[in-house]
Amino acid sequence: MASEGDRRSDPEVERRSRLLGGLHFEGEGARGVAIALLSTVVFLAVVIVAVTQSTGWPEVKRSFFDWGDISSSFPDIARAFVLNVKLFLVCEVCILILALVIAVLRSLPGPVFFPLRALAVIYADLARGVPTILVIALLGFGAPALQLTGVPRSRLFWAGVGLILVYSGYVSEVYRAGIESVHPSQEAAARSLGLSRFQALRRVILPQAIRRVIPPLLNDFIGLQKDTALVATLGIVDAFNQSQIYSQATFTYGSYLAAAALFVAITIPLARFTDWLIARDRRRRQAASGFA
Amino acid sequence: MSALKLENVHKSFGDHEVLRGIDLDVAEHEVVCLIGASGSGKSTLLRCVNLLEPLDAGRIWLGDEEITRRGVDVNAVRQRIGIVFQAFNLFPHMTVLRNVTLAPRDVLKLPRAEAEARALDLLRRFGLESRRDEYPDRLSGGQQQRVAIVRALAMRPELMLLDEVTSALDPELVAEVLNVIRELAEGGMTMVIATHEMSFARDIANRVCFLEDGQILEEGPPNEIFASPREPRTQQFLERIIEAGRL
Repeated sequence: MASEGDRRSDPEVERRSRLLGGLHFEGEGARGVAIALLSTVVFLAVVIVAVTQSTGWPEVKRSFFDWGDISSSFPDIARAFVLNVKLFLVCEVCILILALVIAVLRSLPGPVFFPLRALAVIYADLARGVPTILVIALLGFGAPALQLTGVPRSRLFWAGVGLILVYSGYVSEVYRAGIESVHPSQEAAARSLGLSRFQALRRVILPQAIRRVIPPLLNDFIGLQKDTALVATLGIVDAFNQSQIYSQATFTYGSYLAAAALFVAITIPLARFTDWLIARDRRRRQAASGFA
Repeated sequence: MSALKLENVHKSFGDHEVLRGIDLDVAEHEVVCLIGASGSGKSTLLRCVNLLEPLDAGRIWLGDEEITRRGVDVNAVRQRIGIVFQAFNLFPHMTVLRNVTLAPRDVLKLPRAEAEARALDLLRRFGLESRRDEYPDRLSGGQQQRVAIVRALAMRPELMLLDEVTSALDPELVAEVLNVIRELAEGGMTMVIATHEMSFARDIANRVCFLEDGQILEEGPPNEIFASPREPRTQQFLERIIEAGRL
């Protein structure tokens, strides 16, 4: 089993270092932990002293850090935040599918598919070029005014469409990077066995491509999750809009902190979930092998 | 009837003409070794036969079917030809067993149990059964290449193309792969083998073709080619090989 020499490839050690993310204790053992603790305490002390000694601090403290404000605004904001979460979840599923279709179109080889490739490129450029807030305003105010039959006229629906269109542009580029990172010899091997182009894509190329881009995909979803707050510009009452309403009624800003805390509270589990996915994949591969 | 027939095959990459009129006729159960310097066109020839590269001119028959005709079903053709690459090209995200059963299940539409039984038979035959649940990156190069051969055999091809299958291996791992190929030859498999292993070619081939600059310069039984080559350039090539201690 694991000897001293291959300790570094020990799955348990790797998993733990992944969970800690960027936190590295340089010195080994207790001494390293002690140094890390001490420097953290000193750093925090300096920051706290600097902030609380500033001339504006009493005013900031009153308007932002009033615990009564934060806690009394919290239930309303949390209720409004459910909308952000729903919007995020629905959009995310649509984006994962639409972006994959776009990325696959863009990676089709041969002159026959030139129009599809060109369309995919133009789409990705436009989606990433126009500010998200503009897309949402254009669709949210413009699309319902068309009064198309059979199409929802709710501004929330169109705000969702806007987010999907914008983020699919980004996510399709992430997928595409993944697809291109799979060596062409993999496709040759699959095709040489008689698999069709589609079968090779589905069984051989995409599974490898997607596995490689999970971390950047997550980054985009954290961005999406925060951008759900942009629906407030259409007058929809989400967590941000609710905290704004509260703030205007009380002339304090504690409600903003409450909203921020909610956003952070779902971003962090998302990041940990991705770490877990990556670690699980690694663990499976190592557990399946007899020697390590 | 020949198992494989090439007629005046031409292939260029840009301005560089890699194959310049190849004619080749391979009989059933025949083992043909292609020798020649790197860049002489051996690999391109094999990739053309498997339709991985489109021809510029010429025709290829597999059995009595012309596979270079318009509208040919390339996937159906490739099912009948197994190819093994220098760099193994196993699917890294699949276990050994899944690598071997993928094409039988997805292409031949075999039920899972049948595909796995077929795969396990082959893995057992080549001493790989205990590795069935490993991922390729946990195997030695020799084991990976044997799995790649098994993966091709699982489609029950009528023709095997081997493209310098030992060139990426450490010297001590070459023998185990060559033994597999030898066993296939003894079993009557029709094979076209591009190789730098001259003594192996001398052992196993029914016929050796010397390629230079995209043409078959000389061909014949191995003892003829290796003992008394007619062409001066074949002589030069073999002399260099002998100097390098590879024959």
